Amino acid sequence: MKFTLSWLKDHLDTAATAAEVEDAMTMAGLEVEHVTDPAAKLAAFSVAKIVEAVQHPNADRLRVCQVDTKDGRKEIVCGAPNARPGLTTIYAPLGAYIPGSGVTLEPRAVRGVVSNGMLCSAAELETATESDGILELADNLAVGTPAAQALGLEAVIDFEVTPNRPDWLGVAGIARDLAATGLGRFTTAPVEPVKGAFPCPIDIRLDGSDACPAFSGRLIRGVKNGPSPAWLQARLKAIGLRPISTLVDITNLITYDRARPLHVYDAATLTGGFIEARLGREGEQVAALDGETYAVTPEICVIADGSGAIGLGGVMGGLSTGCSDATTDVFVESAWFDPIRTAQAGRSTGISSDAQYRFARGVDPGFMVTGLELATRLILDLCGGEPSEVRVAGQVPAPSAPIAFDPAYVEQLSGLDIGADRALEILTVLGFSMVGQGATLSVQPPTWRRDVDGKADLVEEVARIAGYGALPSTSLPELPRAVGGVLSVRQSRARAGRRALAALGWSEAVTWSFTARRFAELFGGGQPQLVLANPIAAELDCMRPSILPTLIEAAVRNAKRGFADVALFEIGPIFSGDRPQDQRTAVTGVLVPHPPRRWDGVKIDDLFALKSDLLTLLDELGAPTASLQTAQGAAASWWHPGRSARLQLGPRAVIAEFGALHPSVLKALDVDGPVYGFEIFLEAIPEPKRKAVKTRPALELSPLMPLSRDFAFVVEDRIAAGDLVRAVAGADKTLIASARVFDVYAGPGVPEGAKSLAVEVSVQPRDHTLAEAEIEALSAKIVAAAGKAVGAKLRG
Amino acid sequence: MTDLTALESDLAAQIAAASDLAALDAVRVWALGKTGQISTLLKSLGSMSPDERREQGPKINGLRDRASALIAERKITLEAAALEAQLAAERVDLTLPAPPRRKGSVHPTMQVMDEMVAIFAEMGFSVAEGPDIEDDFHNFTGLNFPPKHPAREMHDTFFFAPGEDGERKLLRTHTSPIQVRVMQQGQNQKNEAPQWASGREPPIRVIGPGRTYRCDSDRTHTPMFHQMEGLVIDRNIHMGHLKWTLETFIKRFFETDSVVTRFRPHHFPFTEPSAEMDVQCDRSAGSIKIGEGTDWLEILGGGMVHPNILRICGLDPDTWQGFAFGLGIDRLGMLKYGMPDLRDVFAADSRWLEHYGFSAFAAPNLASGLS
Repeated sequence: MKFTLSWLKDHLDTAATAAEVEDAMTMAGLEVEHVTDPAAKLAAFSVAKIVEAVQHPNADRLRVCQVDTKDGRKEIVCGAPNARPGLTTIYAPLGAYIPGSGVTLEPRAVRGVVSNGMLCSAAELETATESDGILELADNLAVGTPAAQALGLEAVIDFEVTPNRPDWLGVAGIARDLAATGLGRFTTAPVEPVKGAFPCPIDIRLDGSDACPAFSGRLIRGVKNGPSPAWLQARLKAIGLRPISTLVDITNLITYDRARPLHVYDAATLTGGFIEARLGREGEQVAALDGETYAVTPEICVIADGSGAIGLGGVMGGLSTGCSDATTDVFVESAWFDPIRTAQAGRSTGISSDAQYRFARGVDPGFMVTGLELATRLILDLCGGEPSEVRVAGQVPAPSAPIAFDPAYVEQLSGLDIGADRALEILTVLGFSMVGQGATLSVQPPTWRRDVDGKADLVEEVARIAGYGALPSTSLPELPRAVGGVLSVRQSRARAGRRALAALGWSEAVTWSFTARRFAELFGGGQPQLVLANPIAAELDCMRPSILPTLIEAAVRNAKRGFADVALFEIGPIFSGDRPQDQRTAVTGVLVPHPPRRWDGVKIDDLFALKSDLLTLLDELGAPTASLQTAQGAAASWWHPGRSARLQLGPRAVIAEFGALHPSVLKALDVDGPVYGFEIFLEAIPEPKRKAVKTRPALELSPLMPLSRDFAFVVEDRIAAGDLVRAVAGADKTLIASARVFDVYAGPGVPEGAKSLAVEVSVQPRDHTLAEAEIEALSAKIVAAAGKAVGAKLRG
Repeated sequence: MTDLTALESDLAAQIAAASDLAALDAVRVWALGKTGQISTLLKSLGSMSPDERREQGPKINGLRDRASALIAERKITLEAAALEAQLAAERVDLTLPAPPRRKGSVHPTMQVMDEMVAIFAEMGFSVAEGPDIEDDFHNFTGLNFPPKHPAREMHDTFFFAPGEDGERKLLRTHTSPIQVRVMQQGQNQKNEAPQWASGREPPIRVIGPGRTYRCDSDRTHTPMFHQMEGLVIDRNIHMGHLKWTLETFIKRFFETDSVVTRFRPHHFPFTEPSAEMDVQCDRSAGSIKIGEGTDWLEILGGGMVHPNILRICGLDPDTWQGFAFGLGIDRLGMLKYGMPDLRDVFAADSRWLEHYGFSAFAAPNLASGLS
């Protein structure tokens, strides 16, 4: 919403500057977006009169002028052909910055004559893009008048109107609020009705639907249309509107002045002797004033006459019935269109007109007929003519019901202690009326405040006008604190996981929760209920079933920039459906190993390095790593079948998957492999049992030295090392502390199709040092267990 | 009779000349070995007369002791030299690079979220979360957005196709649905989705951080971003408490007492009265500096929870009242740490992550200062 300071002053008696108005608006909730104030830019410039202009002694095209200025008479050299005695124009003193040419005036001789200032063109003041001479102003302007005033330029204030305040879409509504803040006095006079000279010959019909509950209008005959007077044109131009004709300009003026859109019809073009507001009919079309033809739908309101639909109600009038300079009889419409239907009409037609914007937000139902009277008066003043009586059909919506309001509630809800009298004074200035007193007080909101429907709204009005600066700053009362911290186990785990991974050398990324549907499908997603109806881009149209695709895409982008060696992780949502329980939190890492070459020749197996990080991470997340099964080949289809595994507590308790990504998935994602990754399902990690006390079990330290024994087993190639180790470790759970593979060998000395696995077994004697015979017996148990479980034989 | 003096000087010369431990040992054997010079002299004592022995004994024994001491002394010197030579041979070039290790980092948005949680936890807030895919009720209707109200259009909502029941799910446009989940009495999600907040009885004091989505993209808008909701419900919580909470938060977050804020009226469907908070800043250098200058920058919004929402959630607005606020986590992080473009926050450029990321061990806490 744009308006000028002088327009505001039509409704507000104030000496405030644009900056003061801006500040008062901002602090009253009218958020100013920007103020363009030409007066600030042109502060140095003022009106001057050329007294004498003679040929420059040394230059044909220059004149030496004697000029009366606010600084006295000055000799100024001017090159403009129109610099002549008696001309009233604009003067810039020495030191002034000329915006159009970007120079600052200095005392300088022009071909031997010193110029003590400058006479300016419109282009030099940036009030026009080009000009062919200095400005020619009206002779009655006094020397010294500020240029902005002389040129009729003034500050334009543009602000954001929140959807609850359609009354701010009129300058009078803004003035009312500013008056309440103490910036000035609200001076808008009530509108006097204009008596009709004859009955309105045009009937008004409504279809009884909610599209247009009320419609008022009248005929004014014998008008003379044409260009509107200069003051009206200037007012509209200042806020960027194009003057059209007096009749149309009057409706635009009232739209911006009172937030009351109107429409004028050339009565000669109306047929059937009636005008009708009704829902549209399938197949109807309207050729609108913007020159476009719009198809009508049964959801939106149209204006019709005997010929059918002639306008889009509350949105835009029709081309066939618009006013022209030839119009002599005008039918003026002031109606109340339903906000929701008008909003819908705006969406379906794509039209966002001044009228549509206001009706969609809700115009003041109490001003419908008043607006018609105001328009009548202006038309009679500017175009002459004779008005009919006003015709009204239907009923405007009732105002908000009175609100029971105890002024003490202001302090209860806002903390603001300003007293009941001041609170009620503010409400009164804003147009609210009171009935009763004290706790039985009832407040009637004005018709233009349909947003106010409860006592909290009244508190906002009082606090807003009193100023939020006056609100106290009150510390929160202490609450009994939860002793165990404020984070859930899951939240704490996510934090621990984040910092563990960063410590292990992984960089945290945050990527979109959506990806391309075809990528989602690669990772088991892409269900129709997870596809966005209005994605921001085709490649971001589906909720991700896994973080792997979005992290791999990020890795690809890094590689394309020349940074291929990445270890990225993310902790975020993954989606298997659209219900709340279908969203889980994944802790996901993607490793694209391109480590720098090493001088010591050591080669790191990246997949096992990742496994090491993963197990460390799972420990930090509180997963029972000792009981996790490594189910190789059981991981989902997007993993390399031979180089991936599931970590699970059972087939239905999958904690994580990890491994190398499947080459065909990588190809579809356009990335060079190998790419390794892991994905942990945070919610799948069992929560620890809540314990009343935090003490740990006593530490039992054996006084006996542990000992270790190595076993070299030969097993079939297909046997998993983990199965052998589990068998070995399980051979004697009392004595065996741990078992670990330390060598894998296949080749000479080991049969074809078999491999040798060397296992180091750590033995912790419990109550006595083991005798050789006991160690032998234990070894036999280990060998037997290994043989039974996986067919392992001791290597000969 | 051997000339003991000559022998001693010969021996001393040989010990001094021994250049390594083997040579020294050869000298020792020559002098003190079983058939060595001094050993032989010592043996000869047995065949001497008592008088001769009384005279020669101390001399020969003295010679032996001095010889042993000299050898021992020389041995220490030679051992030290040998060790030095060995160590010199063991030199490695320590300017060679150590095995490479990737440098990990915590994403700035997550770091900032942790900072915010630390500040609010100290004020007694706990953390509640909700799902990213929401229904119309939690995102709009339950938050007092009337159906078809223009305020909904301002949200640039991402929608999913309507389901079999005709219901159109959406991506939450703000974290405010968490408010409804926390306040809605009798709504318990514990069984189906224990990760999300469910209805609890007042007094309530929670923050709700999370991902939010709007169909918008430029330097300061991305289709996904992070917000944090705050909600306090009690019997006598008023707008002054909101003002204090936000003022205190902003000072602690920016870690400066010089930050100037102002509270001004605004409109949100879910609060009444509503407010926005601006922070004073300086924009003159092309970037925004908080705690300086005379410009204002809007940083967050809030207000008193609308009575309609309390009613919808089953709380009596004549008994319970309180405030709610929402802030942009990424945006406040950008202001604090000088990240110029929101789009970079989600681009996962490894150079950006290293530059703006945080150490694993920099977990924000109020004891050591947030950053």
